[in-house]
Amino acid sequence: MMKSVLTMATALALGATASMAETVRVYNWSDYIDEALLNKFQEETGIELIYDVFDSNEVLETKLLAGGSGYDVVVPSGTFLQRQITAGAFQKLDAAQLPNSANLWDLIQDRTSIYDPGNAYSINYMWGTTGIGVNTAKVAEVLGDDAPIDSLELIFNPENIEKLSACGVHILDAPSEIFPAALAYIGENPDAHDKETLAKAEPVLTAIAPHVTKFHSSEYINALANGDICVAFGWSGDILQARDRADEAENGVEIAYNAPTEGALMWFDQMAIPVDAPNPTGAHKFINFILDAQNMADASNYVYYANGNKASQPLLEEDVINDPAIYPSAAALEKLYITTPYEQKPQRQVTRMWTKIKSGT
Amino acid sequence: MRRAFLICIPYFWLIALFFIPFLIVVKIALSDSMLSIPPYAPKLDISAGWAGLKAFFAALDFENFTFLAEDDLYWKAYLSSVKIAAISTLLTLLVGFPIAYGMAQSAPEWRPTLMMLVILPFWTSFLIRVYAWIGILSNEGFLNQFLMWLGIISDPLIILNTNTAVYIGIVYTYLPFMILPIYASLEKLDSSLLEAGQDLGCSRVSAFWLITIPLSKAGIIAGCFLVFIPALGEFVIPSLLGGSKTLMIGKVLWEEFFSNRDWPVASAVAVILLLLLIIPIILFQRNEQKNREAEQ
Repeated sequence: MMKSVLTMATALALGATASMAETVRVYNWSDYIDEALLNKFQEETGIELIYDVFDSNEVLETKLLAGGSGYDVVVPSGTFLQRQITAGAFQKLDAAQLPNSANLWDLIQDRTSIYDPGNAYSINYMWGTTGIGVNTAKVAEVLGDDAPIDSLELIFNPENIEKLSACGVHILDAPSEIFPAALAYIGENPDAHDKETLAKAEPVLTAIAPHVTKFHSSEYINALANGDICVAFGWSGDILQARDRADEAENGVEIAYNAPTEGALMWFDQMAIPVDAPNPTGAHKFINFILDAQNMADASNYVYYANGNKASQPLLEEDVINDPAIYPSAAALEKLYITTPYEQKPQRQVTRMWTKIKSGT
Repeated sequence: MRRAFLICIPYFWLIALFFIPFLIVVKIALSDSMLSIPPYAPKLDISAGWAGLKAFFAALDFENFTFLAEDDLYWKAYLSSVKIAAISTLLTLLVGFPIAYGMAQSAPEWRPTLMMLVILPFWTSFLIRVYAWIGILSNEGFLNQFLMWLGIISDPLIILNTNTAVYIGIVYTYLPFMILPIYASLEKLDSSLLEAGQDLGCSRVSAFWLITIPLSKAGIIAGCFLVFIPALGEFVIPSLLGGSKTLMIGKVLWEEFFSNRDWPVASAVAVILLLLLIIPIILFQRNEQKNREAEQ
């Protein structure tokens, strides 16, 4: 009896000390930060950082809408953010606690205000494009040296993808990004929400689905770097990370990323604080830490994504700031399109078509 | 008094951990999806008292169940799950029975070691073991490299991301659940029965079919249910090893819940899955009961 009382007292005491140390819980995309920054944050602030990752907006959204996710900072993409703001999932940011927001880039701020008017709830972490990553040697072997590696033709023309399926093709398992691309390929408005236009994307995707090795949103980084696949339709920085991993492994795999010339989706990942965050003050500290020009530059130098931080640009490495795949030229920026979130009906239609496309049912 | 209390424990378990959660899922299945936290309505407002309760029940309907009946996706997914679970169960039986038989035939001092070896894989995380299969089965994986090195094949076999990989994953993961009950029933088998059979002119092979198999039937059935039931709702193995053509109800459920944000329809899918599972579970219970009666 005495012993169990003692154990309980110890447990209580331990619990008390644990809760005294301040913690911040961050939920961000996988492969999306230099982990040295996480340690730096803990050293600078003395706050314990718990950092979890996800690989799809849908998973994050479900946690947010279930309520009580326990996270202090989350990083949804713009379209999802907009819907989650409507659902009342976030609290407004306190500008007074974010002195580093002076570093932000007005060009990106303008674009993100489409999702979050006045940027009241969110701050841009990074942004990028959705495009085509290729294993240059293998694709040239299959389609010849003039393979259309910077065109949607490579993915959406059944003749091309059928040949490429021999060496492996991955496509994002994210209908909200693939439907706009398929619509762009057939010359329709990528941001269409009406039933008829959305339905036009289905035959395009059905024709290529049998030749797609896998629809997945994170495996392609490794698969591309190892040479398991030769084409991936995915996020710019992930493909550039694959390129970097292949370089480091010196396995002879050479990877190139291109935003399709027909137009590419430009997306924004936004840091926001859930309405029920246990430690909003700590969350502001974390966001302010990331907004520091040097920290943001370190993060971009590591993951090869562009950021919305103007002050960080002089600190970026040459191969990041000068790479048009990461920071597109002004002319290329014009070719990028953005999308808005689907309402419940088009969402269901898109998901249903997506299941049908992927499974043939 | 004491006896009544003891009986209460399993019932409490059943009510707290099965029945109440199930009622919550049924309640969500009868609600409507909407964009809010949580993403469905109506929400039960206890402060409004009796009127609130009445309004709450009035807003519930069976719309989501009729929706499931209208779209063939759901029936196809249920059927395909049953097919995948049934084939994997059969394969697990074919692999598991000889192992259990070998264990039961081995010298008694070896049996604890063999038993340990069957259980050993459980010491590693299930997820890591499934991931390991990605490394083995991929195009550039160990299996293909080995076969190409041997010169048996010249082009890599495409196994990963197909149903074959799902079968391999399920058989591998659930094998111990098949081996252990079969081993338990074979170990109890009285070997003098086999000797008697052979004395009476029965060949070894027919003694196996006429004596060993019928006497281990209880173990075989238990093993099959232990594999079939979890395989039916399996999500991790088909999503990691299966391709986009692998249609299983676990994946459909995931999509309703995550992609469509439609918790009510996801809950309706789950309710039907549970009803589908209850049938084999009831059959299993009946079988167990019959065995117990037979033993008495």
